[in-house]
Order: sequence, then C-alpha cells, then structure tokens
Amino acid sequence: MEAVLALGIGIVFGAGIWLVLRPRTFQVLTGLMLMSYAVNLFIFAMGRLAVDRPPLTPAGTMADPAALADPVPQALVLTAIVIGFATTALYLVVMIGARGLAGTDHVDGEEPEE
Amino acid sequence: MSLAWTQHLVVVPIVLPLLCGAALAPLTQGWHRLKFAAAYASALALLANALALAALADGGWPGGIGVYLAANWAAPFGIALVADRLSAGMLVLTAVLALAALHYAQPRWSRIGVHFHTLFQFLLMGINGAFLTHDLFNLFVFFEVMLAASYGLVLHGYNVERLRASLQYIAVNLVAALFFLVGTALLYATTGTLNMADMAQRIAALAAGGQSSTLVLLQTGVAVLALAFLVKAAMWPLGFWLPTTYAAASPPVAVMLVLMTKVGAYVILRLWLLLFGDGAGAAARYGYEALAWGGMATIVFGAAGMLATDTAGRLAGYAAIVSSGTLLAVIGYGQPSLVTAALYYFIASTIAIAAFVLLIELVDRIRTPGAAMLALTAEAFAVEDTPAEPKGRGVPAAMAFLSLAFAACALTIAGLPPLSGFVAKFGMFHALVNPGPDAPAIGPAGWTLMALVFVSGLAAIVSLMRFGVRTFWATEAVAPPALHAAEVVPVAALLLVSVLLTVQARPVFDYLARASEDIHRPALYIDRVLGTRPVPAPLPANVPGSASAGEAP
Repeated sequence: MEAVLALGIGIVFGAGIWLVLRPRTFQVLTGLMLMSYAVNLFIFAMGRLAVDRPPLTPAGTMADPAALADPVPQALVLTAIVIGFATTALYLVVMIGARGLAGTDHVDGEEPEE
Repeated sequence: MSLAWTQHLVVVPIVLPLLCGAALAPLTQGWHRLKFAAAYASALALLANALALAALADGGWPGGIGVYLAANWAAPFGIALVADRLSAGMLVLTAVLALAALHYAQPRWSRIGVHFHTLFQFLLMGINGAFLTHDLFNLFVFFEVMLAASYGLVLHGYNVERLRASLQYIAVNLVAALFFLVGTALLYATTGTLNMADMAQRIAALAAGGQSSTLVLLQTGVAVLALAFLVKAAMWPLGFWLPTTYAAASPPVAVMLVLMTKVGAYVILRLWLLLFGDGAGAAARYGYEALAWGGMATIVFGAAGMLATDTAGRLAGYAAIVSSGTLLAVIGYGQPSLVTAALYYFIASTIAIAAFVLLIELVDRIRTPGAAMLALTAEAFAVEDTPAEPKGRGVPAAMAFLSLAFAACALTIAGLPPLSGFVAKFGMFHALVNPGPDAPAIGPAGWTLMALVFVSGLAAIVSLMRFGVRTFWATEAVAPPALHAAEVVPVAALLLVSVLLTVQARPVFDYLARASEDIHRPALYIDRVLGTRPVPAPLPANVPGSASAGEAP
C-alpha cells in the first residue's frame, strides 16, 4: 500500500510541477491544484498508513494508543486544504483580472514573438 | 493561581489587528477617515504593546521569555506563543514600519482601492504571528495569512504592471507554501511533534540514538522546509521574483514587503539555532555551510543587480536582497558574537530601505519626463549636458528635504559613516576579526564574507550615487515637487529612528547581544516553553470535566 501511495503522490506532484512551468495561466492553476492534492495526501500519510482505526477513543473504553489513528495529520490536512483552496481561488481571481487587462492568458501578460 | 495580566500582552499583537481588520472590512470608502483613524490607532497600540513586551522580556520575565499557552493547554499539545527579546524587538520594528506606511498611505494610496486598511491589518497579524508562534504548523498558518494579505496589497491600485508582477509573486509563493507543508509533514513523521522546543529536544535524542536513516529523513524535511523560507528571504537563486514585485508594488506596501523578506531570514535564524545548535549531537550545524555560501551568492547577486539597474524601485529590491543575503551568510557562519552585529544590521537596513522606498515616489515627482529621458539617453549617446540657467528661486525646502533624505538613505544602505549602516558593518567586521577566545579564528569563509560585505557597500554607493546625480543634479529645470505633509513626516520619522539607532548604538547593541545570547542557548528556551504549566480552571471542582480541562497531559 505504501509503495502505491508513494508512487501516486509522486506522479501527481510531478504532473503538477510540469503544469506550473507551462506558459498558460490555466495550466499553471491546474498544476497548483494537483500539487496541493499531492501535498495533502502526503500530510495525510505522514501519520503512518492504517485502515479502520478510530482517531478518538470510543466512549466507555480505555484509551490504547496503539489502536488509534494519529489525529494530528487529519487536523493538519484539514487546515491545509482550507488554506490551499482559499489561496488557489485568490490566484484564479488574479488570473481573470490579468486576462481582462492584458487580453492574453500568457503568464508574462504578452504573447511571445514568433 | 491566576495568570498575570502582563502575560496576555503576548497575544495582543495577533488579536488586535485581527479584530481591527475585521471591524473595518464592512465599512465603505466613504468612511476613510474613520478607517484611517482606527488602523492608525491599532498600529500605535501595537507599538506600545511591543515596547512593553521588549521591556518585559528584558527583565520582567524569568529567562527573558514570556510564554502564552493558547487555550490553556501545556506546550507540546497546545499552541504556545513565545515572546523573547528577539521577537519583541521584531514586533517593535514591525509596528514602526507599519506606522510609517499607514501615515504615508493616508493622503492618497489608501483611497485608491477598497479594503487597503483591512488587508494591512491582516498583514500585520500575519507578520506578528510569525514572530510569536513557536509551532511549525501555526507558522505555516501565519505565513499564509501574511502572504494572502500581501497578495491583495501588491495588487492594490490595480494596473497591468502590478498584475504581471503579482502573477509571478503569487505563483512562486504558493509553490513555496506547498514545500513548507511537505517539510512540516516530514518533520512530523520523524519527530512526532510540531512544537519547536519539543522538536529540538527530540532531534538531539534522535541524533544521540544513532537512528541515522530517520535523521537523514529529518534533514531532508528541514531542507525542503527551508526552501519555503529561503524563497521569502530571497536567497539566490530563489529570489528572482523580488525586484519585479517590489518595483511594482505601491510604496506603503513595498515598505511592508521589505519587512516580509526579513521574516524569512528571521525564521531561518530561529529554527536553525534551535534545532541544529551545538547541542544537537550528530545533527549539529546541519546546513550551515549551505546557508553561508548561499548567503554570499545572494550578496553577489544583489550587488550585481544594484549596479545593473537604473530603476529606483528595482534598486530598492536588490538592496533588500543584499541585506537578507548578509543575514543568511552570518547565520551560516555560526558565530554568536557576529549574530549580534547582524541583528543590528537587520534593523538598520530594514529601516533605511523602507525610508528609501517611500522616498522614491516623492523623488519621482521631480523627475520630469524630460529629465527622465535625458537620464535614459545619457549613456547611450554620451550627450554632453549643457548647463542651463538656474531658474527662479534658490533651493526650495522640498528639494532640500528630498536630497538630504536621499543622502541619508544612501549612506545607511551603503554602510558609510556616520549613520547606522556604518555602525552595523563595522560591528560585523569587528566580530569577524575578533572572534573571541573560544571561537575559531577567521578562515577563508570569513574573509570572503568580509570582502563581499565591503564590495556590496561599494556597489550600493555607486548605484545610489548614479541615481542621485541624475535626479538632483539634473541640469534640466526641475519643478519643485508638491509634497504632502503626511508623506514627508513618515520618511523623516524613519530617518530619525535611523539616527537614533546610531546615537543610541550602545544600548541597542547590548539589547541585541542579550537577544543573541538567548537564541544561542536553546536549553533554557526549551525548559521555559515545555515547563510552563497551564493555569488551573477557575471552575469548582465538582463540575464534570473541569479538572481534566485544567490539567493537560
């Protein structure tokens, strides 16, 4: 499972980097989103991979740390998703503004000369 | 037992701008006087609060460290805010610059677009939070608050140039933020904590335990994390976005951007000395070399940039790069007495560059299109200046002020006597040549650093003189510019602070020496942060849950 997840994160992140380096704003935005998905998965995986473990102690039972999932990465990933989403939305607004003012979707604000 | 009220002062620099910014958000531009008054009052209160914190850290609190446990949870589990001498000093600097920027923005810039004051307060909240928090994930949150506000502010007064600069600036910083998260995740995976004090302890234990594979993973994590700060601190080659952004931003915003560059360097300083100080065993001094040589490369890049550009805005950007490169090189050089002088340089150069950034716009008003054209063609066609007749009155007060202020900025940025820049550079040279009894003598790295600081000062004075000569000694008739009092006062105030720093160099140096001693002694810091106990809940003991809420594990 670890290898599959690691490969998946790597591929998504790599695709994101490639897209971020593209000259069109839409590609850059998609790249940023892919990268943030990969990073979120990465944070989620940092508390070790485990299936079917509750993050909290069920009522009326004794706490056994070995049987619990790590709640910290889950809290962190939630915050990271919210912040990543907000900043990406902000970037989208800037891009639309740039498209309107410059009349092109090239990241330099002008078409390269042929 | 209850918490002393002074303890609550630690959280004020975060809560006050948050509340002020939120309160100003729904007001429309028709209320701009009220908005300005509220924002200004908030900045004044922040200054008073920061001064109080500095006084408390410098004698009021045991060990000079004030710990605030948010939500009353003990340190590794809850969020600890920590004010020590260094962070209190940074808060003072932030408040001073914020006051100057707000004052400057009052007649014109704050009215160009909506929500200038709201974003500005959120920016202050982010910067203050980054100085106070001692928890990696909260550092990320405050960085994002600061950056998100700065994106809005860079775009303030929307034009094509600003949009173009913002597209790069935002993309670079978003990617840096993602690296920040990856680094934090790796650090959590290897140490199992996010609290910086706890992490320092565990890294020492990890290094002592000989788990080399975990240690390698941890060092990788820190390297990835450092990328995020180094992008902010504009270390070569990560600082390419900076001059364009600084030149495009409106002057009051550029002042805060100058400070934000320093936030990255500040975090590196704090994190490196804490995590990889001499107590960290096998991990000690990890990455110091890279920081030292990277910092020196940054100085070279900045100095070359200053010589190559003839736009004042870009000149200021490159000056900021030089100053943050110097700080990074000093951190990597790893000599405590040098850090004191570097901190002084940090403050002096930030204030000087901030004043210069504000001055640029005022100076631009006297550069009539004809003069600008002449400056452009002077080199290309070697036009010989034909002296024109002096017109009208003698030196008007506005011109005298501008040229004097420009000279003061140039002297400080270049590090020539008599202003604070000289004291700072002299302090650094002195510390380099006299490393003290228990430090190694100055080696090739030290000599290189010294030469680079010297040469960068030379480059700064050459490029600033060139700009000054073309502007103030232009033979074309220059119209005495119309200056608003609200624009002159902040520049003059910043220069006054710079003069004060020079006159009072002794006490400032002493304070910074104590601050530098603190950050070089992580054991005390770890004790204070982890040893602070939460206050027992004031609820009666028979209320269910109150006992466990008061005693965090």
